[in-house]
Amino acid sequence: MFTETPIDRRKRLTENVMRIFLLIITSIMIIPLLLIIGYLLYKALPVLSFEFLFSNPRDNMRAGGIWAPFLGTIYLVVVSLLVSAPIGVFAAVYLNEYARENWFTRITNLAVVNLAGVPSIVHALFGVGAFVLFAGLGESILAASLTLAIMTLPVIIASTTEALKAVPMSFREACWNLGATRWQTIRRIVIPNSISGILTGVILQVSRAAGETAPIMFTGAVFYKAIAEGNLFAYNITEQCMALSLHLFTISTQVPDVTEGTPHGTAVVLVGSVLLVNAAAIILRVYLRTRKKW
Amino acid sequence: MNHSIETENLSLWYGDFQALMDVSVKIPDGQITSLIGPSGCGKTTLLRCFNRVNERYGNVTTEGKIEVLGKNIYDADVSLPELRKAVGMVFQRPNPLPISVYENILFGLRIHSPMRSITRADADEIVEEALKSVFLWTDLKDKLKTRATSLQLEQQQKLCIARLLPLKPKIILMDEPCSALDAKGTRAVEELMEILAGTYTFIIVTHNMAQARRVSKECIFMFLGELIEHRETQALFTDPQHEKTSDYVHMRYG
Repeated sequence: MFTETPIDRRKRLTENVMRIFLLIITSIMIIPLLLIIGYLLYKALPVLSFEFLFSNPRDNMRAGGIWAPFLGTIYLVVVSLLVSAPIGVFAAVYLNEYARENWFTRITNLAVVNLAGVPSIVHALFGVGAFVLFAGLGESILAASLTLAIMTLPVIIASTTEALKAVPMSFREACWNLGATRWQTIRRIVIPNSISGILTGVILQVSRAAGETAPIMFTGAVFYKAIAEGNLFAYNITEQCMALSLHLFTISTQVPDVTEGTPHGTAVVLVGSVLLVNAAAIILRVYLRTRKKW
Repeated sequence: MNHSIETENLSLWYGDFQALMDVSVKIPDGQITSLIGPSGCGKTTLLRCFNRVNERYGNVTTEGKIEVLGKNIYDADVSLPELRKAVGMVFQRPNPLPISVYENILFGLRIHSPMRSITRADADEIVEEALKSVFLWTDLKDKLKTRATSLQLEQQQKLCIARLLPLKPKIILMDEPCSALDAKGTRAVEELMEILAGTYTFIIVTHNMAQARRVSKECIFMFLGELIEHRETQALFTDPQHEKTSDYVHMRYG
């Protein structure tokens, strides 16, 4: 009884082959990440130090640290998220909680989807036209941040919408039938129960904003600018700044005889900061999720 | 006999689809009225008309008259929050809010009062009274800080009823309130309704004909958006006047 038939044997073999095949494919995905990080760390090790992080580039950017571009990237990311996060979240709340299905919401949703698909270099050109020239902001942190904000906005709207949709409809019904207005329902029940998803979506845009080069190249980022070392308020948002992504491009391709390891060190700081922020997002998400159960 | 709710030629459309057709009904005050009929015949839609919560579900058009407690609820001076305070609703799946038992009971009051206007002592008393009314106090008095969504289903459903009481409603609409509960839970909710009837007017949508016979004084049979028959429950079941009612109560379709 229960002995294996030839068909069972063939099924078992196929099963094993597929399991191993899928495992290999999945590993292939991890290997490049490990190799990139390993290679960068190995190359960057000689230059990595606090000194490297907190001092400006020297000798026509052949040596020295990355303080000015590092701080510049922080400014660009923070200012752009200060703009895009509230607008994106509130727009998503309106679209998901108030708007009825009509021509206006259809157009808005279409705009969101299409905006998300626009290449970043096109955003850059829009930024030059709209913020640098038309709004008269000039090439500045503000103009570059606004350009980045336009770029991250649709994704924030999409991720916030997902988070809001995950809150069961039955909670809203319960509130409405007790006489709650839509806003009371949103503020007391919907937002508290979707905040982890909303924040994660917003924070994940940090990595995009920090990594992009094209949108900031013509709108506010410069090749070189020296600022006070160690001073967190060294930039003025109406002026230009350096940025890690552009700096990496510059010292890798435009400057001869750069000190060995400097580009790799820059990349490590860029990747490291992004990973750190993403890790914070995950921790925040886990923490907020332990507080919600239904 | 007084009537809590009266409708006249009530018709309702979801977009182009007509869900209610010329429904005229009088719901007696202070007793339990059941609403039966096959799925999709407009029972829940009719229920949602009575506190105008239908309007939150998208493209709804209503025609005809609805009077609740003698007041036309489409009058310009009707405030929806006030209407919904007076006409509460209990759902098919218990839907306590994902906050504590204590805050669930107070939620209704909080959204209708200025910030921080409810004192701690008042709040304690309101919670105790509401839980006692639904016989949950002994079970839950040590669990007031527990998340309401982690209670047993039967307790959740009773809590959903208790949650309405601090608002001093007159009418409680129940949309298949027992379909997620086991036999014991069903019995408990039915008993609770029987005790509270008198103080409140209940309208219960149910697919369980035995339940309609057990709990309700009057029974309304609906079919494809029309009110077919509305009579005393026993009479409707033993001596249906209409062929469709007869077919339904003898379960020849459904």
